[in-house]
Amino acid sequence: MSNAPLTTLTSRTVVLPAENIDTDQIIPARFLTVTSRDGLGKHAFNDWRYAEDGSETDHELNGEAAKASQILVGGHNFGCGSSREHAPWALTDYGFRVVISSEIADIFRSNAVKNGLLPIVIEKGAHQWLLDHPGADVAVDLIRREVRLPGNGGTYRFDVDDFSAHCLIEGVDELGYLDGQVSAISDYEERLGK
Amino acid sequence: MASNPLTLFDKIWDAHVVTPEAAANPATLYIDLHLIHEVTSPQAFTVLRDRNLPVRRPDRTLATIDHSTPTLKDEDGAPLYVNAQAKTQVATLLANTAEHGVETHGWDSDNRGVVHVMGPELGATQPGMTIVCGDSHTSTHGAFGAIAFGIGTTQVGHVLATQCLLMRKPKTMAIELTGELVDGVTPKDVILAIIAEIGVGGGTGYALEYRGTVFEEMSMAGRMTVCNMSIEAGARCGLIAPDETTFDFLRGRPHSPEDFDAAVDQWRKLTTDEGATFDKIVRMDAATIRPMATYGTHPGMAAPIDAPIPNPANEADEKALSYMQVTAGQTMAGQRVDRVFIGSCTNARLEDMRAAANILSGRTVATSVRAIVVPGSESVKAAAEAEGLHEIIMASGAEWREPGCSMCIAMNGDKAAPGELVVSTSNRNFAGRQGPGARTVLASPETAAASAIAGVVTSVAGLAS
Repeated sequence: MSNAPLTTLTSRTVVLPAENIDTDQIIPARFLTVTSRDGLGKHAFNDWRYAEDGSETDHELNGEAAKASQILVGGHNFGCGSSREHAPWALTDYGFRVVISSEIADIFRSNAVKNGLLPIVIEKGAHQWLLDHPGADVAVDLIRREVRLPGNGGTYRFDVDDFSAHCLIEGVDELGYLDGQVSAISDYEERLGK
Repeated sequence: MASNPLTLFDKIWDAHVVTPEAAANPATLYIDLHLIHEVTSPQAFTVLRDRNLPVRRPDRTLATIDHSTPTLKDEDGAPLYVNAQAKTQVATLLANTAEHGVETHGWDSDNRGVVHVMGPELGATQPGMTIVCGDSHTSTHGAFGAIAFGIGTTQVGHVLATQCLLMRKPKTMAIELTGELVDGVTPKDVILAIIAEIGVGGGTGYALEYRGTVFEEMSMAGRMTVCNMSIEAGARCGLIAPDETTFDFLRGRPHSPEDFDAAVDQWRKLTTDEGATFDKIVRMDAATIRPMATYGTHPGMAAPIDAPIPNPANEADEKALSYMQVTAGQTMAGQRVDRVFIGSCTNARLEDMRAAANILSGRTVATSVRAIVVPGSESVKAAAEAEGLHEIIMASGAEWREPGCSMCIAMNGDKAAPGELVVSTSNRNFAGRQGPGARTVLASPETAAASAIAGVVTSVAGLAS
């Protein structure tokens, strides 16, 4: 499995300011009975976007501007809760390539990288600016590890470990790398009698 | 003091490093036990098939069906699936594991159960291991002194193919509970109080070690309840050093080591050395903990049942209280209850069934309440029935169901209606978790059973008075 390479992009943001947006919100459990990873975008944030009778609400995510956006800005501690990889599958299928927050939950962050979705943890000041300016045109540069805010919003560095950056920039997955370690794994098993 | 004192987490981690981490690469970490279930594995098997890869170590892989499985059967004993897709998902798991020679506890197994109940019951969960599963509550297994954490489906594929994961080592946090618990305070109350203290994201980036006599005196079921909810504080894993309680639990189980005494000799070394340093230490006084209930839409929004609901700190808190239809200053005690769910990987072990039955015994569930009790595994169900607990539970008016995740994740058809308030022994009270619009109150089995009787949220002490 490979993902589309990600280096730089500029996009209007979609801002979901609530803190602690959990993966049950991103994709409710009743949509997890699938056996493929495709087509979950229509259920991304399902219970925010659809009324009980299935009709669309007036939630921003149902608008054309959001559907064209590649950058999701979430409140603090985005992606907490369940480890379901269906969450990044739903977000990427919807069209997002980048998620920005002041804190992103560990498992979600790990799952995101593996699906070509760049998780950016940014300093609180810049995060607040993004929350205060929904729909701003923001540039993300993974090569320079910078987020550039429009106007006089400023430029902010973010951390991403080299390995994750490599996988995202090249669009490669980690299984190839792990597969390359087969002899080291066999040696380990033999050495420890596993 | 050891010359290079290490934490329990460090010792286990170091023993599983195949390739050390460096600036350019994470560590390659060997995984001793891989638990799989129907929801987070099908796409991983597809990757294996696409790449023509075998499962590297089927003998280190153990499967069950629990999430999409119904808790009701028809007259002929056939499971009543919520829809065809759920049935297909279960069939897919069974076909995948049969194809790859993985030990699987399906419908015909006496050991089938919620994956985090089943692993320990089989003795597959052991001290010093690394254990993963495509499920965030894998942290449960840390109760045995193992590094156990949830992974995504891509990583399920990595472990199936290579028995390894790429990971950077997390920081360590000690949760030190001093003093003794007061009567009526359960392990569930302890972990809810801890999460309320450190916050729902307070453990992000950390592995937790629970330390202190409270945990040393806790049963394995209690320790599992505590470690289970580590993820609800943002920590991927939480562990407790193994001791005689751990060894006694594991002796004689199907997957326990053949030379058990030799294994125990090794397991005794699995403690944090005196003088080892944690990246962070949180100290709490056990005596201050009271029976807890959540009042909001994440597990950190928890308070003593009889204490006033705190003022919202921000807009998100305000929204949460509004969703829950409660206001600051009220107590959770007295809130009208529509449903009670006793079950889940947090609280569906025999001890939990006994605790619930003990409260329900000789009492009647309020007519306005629908209560279901879902044992964590076929083994728990059989043991509970051997003790007659099912009769006590059913005599009270509560339902006794087939084992599974059921209303914890509400993807098998067991769910609440919009607006209904559920007192639940599960682990997550997120908006809509137990059905769109459903309001979840997390609590212990004792509190859940007492609330079923009272028809309002109440502690056991509140029921008695």
